[in-house]
Amino acid sequence: MSSSLRNQVGQLARRSILRTLRQPAQIVPAIVFPMFLLAVNAGGLKDATNLPGFPTDSYLTFILAVPFIQGALFSVMNSGTDLARDIETGFLNRLALTPLRGAALLSGLLAGAVVLGLVQAVVYLSVGLLAGAELAAGAGGALVLILLSVTITVAFGTIGLFAALRFGSGEAVQGLFPVFFVFLFLSAMTLPLDLLTTDWFHAIASVNPVTYLLEAIRSLLIEGWNIGQLALGFAIAAAIGAIGMTAASSALKTRLVRT
Amino acid sequence: MADSARGGIEVEGLVREFKNGPRAVDGIDLEVAQGEIYGFLGPNGAGKSTTVLMLTTLLPPTAGTARVGGYDVVTEGPQVRATIGAALQEAALDPLLTGREHMRLQTALHGLDKGERETRSRELLERVGLAYAADRKVGGYSGGMKRRLDLALALAHRPRILFLDEPTTGLDIQSRTALWEEVARLAAEDGVTVFLTTQYLEEADALAARVGIIDHGHLVAEGTPAELKAEIGRPTVEAVPLAEGDRERMTAVLGRFGEQAGSSPRGVAVRLEGGESQLAEVVRALDAEQIAIEHLQLHAPSLDDVFLAKTGRSLEGAGEEAEPETGETETVAAA
Repeated sequence: MSSSLRNQVGQLARRSILRTLRQPAQIVPAIVFPMFLLAVNAGGLKDATNLPGFPTDSYLTFILAVPFIQGALFSVMNSGTDLARDIETGFLNRLALTPLRGAALLSGLLAGAVVLGLVQAVVYLSVGLLAGAELAAGAGGALVLILLSVTITVAFGTIGLFAALRFGSGEAVQGLFPVFFVFLFLSAMTLPLDLLTTDWFHAIASVNPVTYLLEAIRSLLIEGWNIGQLALGFAIAAAIGAIGMTAASSALKTRLVRT
Repeated sequence: MADSARGGIEVEGLVREFKNGPRAVDGIDLEVAQGEIYGFLGPNGAGKSTTVLMLTTLLPPTAGTARVGGYDVVTEGPQVRATIGAALQEAALDPLLTGREHMRLQTALHGLDKGERETRSRELLERVGLAYAADRKVGGYSGGMKRRLDLALALAHRPRILFLDEPTTGLDIQSRTALWEEVARLAAEDGVTVFLTTQYLEEADALAARVGIIDHGHLVAEGTPAELKAEIGRPTVEAVPLAEGDRERMTAVLGRFGEQAGSSPRGVAVRLEGGESQLAEVVRALDAEQIAIEHLQLHAPSLDDVFLAKTGRSLEGAGEEAEPETGETETVAAA
């Protein structure tokens, strides 16, 4: 990476982080809402552990994977609405009049998602462990879990950037939120994939990438070190990020029609 | 290329057509010399902002050519952007960042080295009178403060050419005057070429060495404010009768001296065919008809008169159609 590109990424990352930290309204719901759902699910569905083949005695440990995905969904909204606001206010035009490169803009904007993802992951894990969840992979597993969570957050964030650049409105980006929640609900969110006995639901959950992201996180919490599931989780997150980034770069070219 | 055009602007047959819309800019030719303040005057929707977007490389022209600072806006976009500074129609600022953080970001993105960034930021914030508020979030700035910061940001990399798109719209008189002074100083002392769009006649009159009047995408007049007014030549006399009932008779009397012009609701105004010397005759004629006058005023020709003469409409309130959204442009791939 050239020094000018590094400088541009650094400057925009700084702005993105400052913006995130100065908007408690972005941080608080992204932390509180998944924790609230964690409490409801852990309390209401704990008898699921009695099902034959359920991988753990602690439903809290099982369901703790979900907040990490829910938190990543908030990053779609945050990164997307921030960029959409830049488009709506003309700030993107201001940036376009500088020698800014598109790659720097997108990477810099994702820096806020990295910070939010990091804060979220640490809080979710800490709250989960304090409430009695297990972490089979130990301290090293905690670091990998946080890394995976941040990777997922950034990957989902690229979709927010794409939506913002494609549609240019914060409302359009926020409209994605329910769509992503459908993806979450149609995954192995509340039960392991093997125990989803309804055919259509099992079929959808089997091809839903969110299922494998959840399983990668769960492998660290429940099993310890399952390299295959971890690699699959990281690969899926990387693929989502790559697709999102490619789509966002293409949308940026159309949005920034500077000559 | 003329020497002056190296620091100036040359436009020939510039056109911008929007999908399913009118030609927002329809074949404009103009030339702005280095160090000149050029006022681009017109109502909302006339094509001012579209022209600025094309000249600042943010919108590709449909046809025609434009060179800014000696560089072609279509084929030499990066060079044009390095040469220009722009404060576009809305002061596009981040409400969550402070003034100083804006300056830091702008100077860094323009490639100033670390030491120079701080110096330049401080210097510009002081110059626009915002040093005292530099560490406050922009969300708490007034409209005037935002406009001044916008100007400082446009000047971050010492541009030779400055585009100001309606820089004083919505500002109070004090803020407007302060901005005018700074723009005039930039042109006079630093030799910066200024392309200024405005809907305010007095702004163009006070600042611009030359004025171009645009209406429905066409440049309908161009020259110094004095030349344009001289072209119209005729002053306007406006009288208000003491008795409301005399208004019709007053209209008939004044009608003998020239064509009717825009007036206050209670008054009658005509453009004097014979110039200022007819004023005494007007007074005598009204006296002869025994029409008591509450108020009588002679107006020298204004740029609004020029606009009226060239377009058949008054500039005030002429802009009924909004300029097309640039988002509706034909998609053109970025270079």
